[in-house]
Amino acid sequence: MIAHAVSYAFVCLALALCCNLWRLLRGPTIGDRIVAMDTMVINVIAVIVLIGIATARGTYYEAALILAMVGFIGTVAYCKFLLRGDIVE
Amino acid sequence: MTALHSLADIAISAMIVIGATFALIGSWGMVRLPTLMERLHGPTKATTLGLGGMLVGSILYFHLVEGKWALHELLISLFLFITAPISANMIAKVHLHQLRVKPDVDGLDPVGPAGMPPIPSEDSGWATYEATVQTSPAAVAEM
Repeated sequence: MIAHAVSYAFVCLALALCCNLWRLLRGPTIGDRIVAMDTMVINVIAVIVLIGIATARGTYYEAALILAMVGFIGTVAYCKFLLRGDIVE
Repeated sequence: MTALHSLADIAISAMIVIGATFALIGSWGMVRLPTLMERLHGPTKATTLGLGGMLVGSILYFHLVEGKWALHELLISLFLFITAPISANMIAKVHLHQLRVKPDVDGLDPVGPAGMPPIPSEDSGWATYEATVQTSPAAVAEM
């Protein structure tokens, strides 16, 4: 039963990542692209967590944790650059 | 024992399915909604909630099926729930800033259901709308 649920979740997340990619390519503004990248990172974290469940190994959570941090820092750095023209003032 | 196992299976599967559905709904909302201010709702609320549901399912799975007790999922969800509002706030600030700086850029459409955001008054305004106030410590330090 868990295997079926994990398969369903993989399909859902693949569709979600396709939606994100569409918004990332389409735009139209730079803010839309930042939102798309941010959502993509969240969905990829979900994919990593699902791989951890599917393989029953705890190692993948390190990767998910690091991706959560790096994705947030990337989003904030991009926003700061657009707001101020500089990242570290 | 089998009843307990099947109950755990149902709980874990339900959390995974609910989480994945919410993640899909959030991403679909980002495609469907008309302007950036509305599009922010999908990722920041639905997708984060979906990932939270999947992390709860993962905690249950490792505890009930594998017999391990892992705190990584709690760390991930804590970090995610702290950072998601901050990044949404930053993106909204970028949007307002772009509306202010170059409102005639192609495709920059502020007129959604909420309409144009209000322009702040002369002496006080939103942080993103103004350059550094001349008498503030940052401006003085720059001079």
